[in-house]
Amino acid sequence: MGDRAAGGGAPVASVEAVFREEHGRLLAALVRRFGDLDLAEEVTSDAIEAALTRWPVDGVPPKPGGWLMTTARRKAVDRLRRDQAFAARLAILQVEAERAAPTVDVAQGDLPDERLQLFFTCAHPALPAEDRGALTLRCLAGLTTPEVARAYLVPQATMAKRIVRAKKKIREARIPFRVPGADELPERLPGVLQVVYSIFTEGYAASSGPRLQRLDLAEEAIRLGRILRRLMPAEREVAGLLGLMLLIHARRDARTGPDGELVLLDEQDRGRWDRTMIEEGRGLVPPALTGGLPGPYGVQAAIAALHNEAATLATTDWPQIVALYDVLLTLTPSPVVALNRAAAVAMRDGPEAGLALLDGLADEPALRGYAPYPTARADLLHRVGRLTEAAAAYREALGLAGAEPERAHLRRRLHAVEQPGA
Amino acid sequence: MKYMLLIQSASAETADAADECTVEDWIAYDKEMREAGIWVSGESLADLLTATAVRVGRDGGRTVTDGPFAETREILGGFYVIDVPDLDVALDWAARCPGARGGGSVVVRPVAEFGG
Repeated sequence: MGDRAAGGGAPVASVEAVFREEHGRLLAALVRRFGDLDLAEEVTSDAIEAALTRWPVDGVPPKPGGWLMTTARRKAVDRLRRDQAFAARLAILQVEAERAAPTVDVAQGDLPDERLQLFFTCAHPALPAEDRGALTLRCLAGLTTPEVARAYLVPQATMAKRIVRAKKKIREARIPFRVPGADELPERLPGVLQVVYSIFTEGYAASSGPRLQRLDLAEEAIRLGRILRRLMPAEREVAGLLGLMLLIHARRDARTGPDGELVLLDEQDRGRWDRTMIEEGRGLVPPALTGGLPGPYGVQAAIAALHNEAATLATTDWPQIVALYDVLLTLTPSPVVALNRAAAVAMRDGPEAGLALLDGLADEPALRGYAPYPTARADLLHRVGRLTEAAAAYREALGLAGAEPERAHLRRRLHAVEQPGA
Repeated sequence: MKYMLLIQSASAETADAADECTVEDWIAYDKEMREAGIWVSGESLADLLTATAVRVGRDGGRTVTDGPFAETREILGGFYVIDVPDLDVALDWAARCPGARGGGSVVVRPVAEFGG
């Protein structure tokens, strides 16, 4: 942010956008300094508020990060003077934090990037799963509590309560702010990636509500993915996750029709795909798959890349996609992966082959009540001309689907099999 | 021979606010035990939401979850108090505990700090 012209007059909106990036860095550095998330959050907001008032008038200081840090620390000292009991408790935390990892004095330089520790704290398995995404959006994406509440479509008071509860557990159970060591990392990194991906999927296919896609949420997830990629350049699954998100998000404009209805891959106008984003995503597939056994995100990114590279559905490299699903099934055996593989087999070997595989999944408890299963069956039944069964399967899917655009799509397909030629 | 007394609190949903015991009740109870000469040591556990469960599968893989859950009415088999810097170290010790294996679990709960 040092390249922005000093001397004031910068529009406040753009200043705030810059701070969203700086917010996470400052917060992470202050958490490291004080060992307390609440205090760090409070003084981060104070320091940014001070910068918003001062910088447009006084100009941006030569070391903005150092200025923010110094200001935040001064605010923290004020707060501690006011609250002696809190200060006493904090002193204990600080001593232990120092013992674990000495604090670097950053007042003179720019902020060190200590966000990775915060990622691991926010995604800690000891926190309720539903709170990890909210906390990550709040602490690392710099969203306010009302923004996080809107993102998850829950009342502001509910979200505020969840965030307070999660922070209380971090404080009172003393969940540490640290990056797990090399021996623990394979166990803990998937949890961090899962949090980012769940934010993405919530944005990509809203689980409820009138709109199918909440693109802002998907974009926040991609932003978090980029931060993680910078912080952990050697982790292949981080590359895989970012690649996967970019390759899916590149199709966002083609995924909904003019009335907001769902448009599936087979009917999408591929000319509306974001080529720049596809190129960026494709570039992440080789680092995600190179050097040892690939991870599930890397393999899914490779599958997405094959779709995005094809000019049409028919010219898609289905044998390669089926082969990648075979790999994915060994990495993460699940009926949902088997369902996707069956759909790819139907494209490679014909609908009868796909139907046979789908019928073999009929008793899977995980697929009971899962709308994509009857939808996939209905599509294949339609293709082989078993229209009565196809209509029944579409009706079953309609009874299960959540978001309205998805339901509209199913009604259209149901109509097509009930009145062929209409 | 010493004994540990386990106190099962009602959840916020089922607790009867009118029938809740007060701080004074606890002080009186504590005093009674001390006067009877039976008190050895006692700690209040922090709020239930601070609890965490560890399970170790046959393959040695570890699962750490937010706990406890409604369906896990497990009988506590015993307890240790350990002094470690943070939750992750405590979870490491929990994962090494035999009680975490064979379908069992070790719930790690921090002891509340008062007046700090």
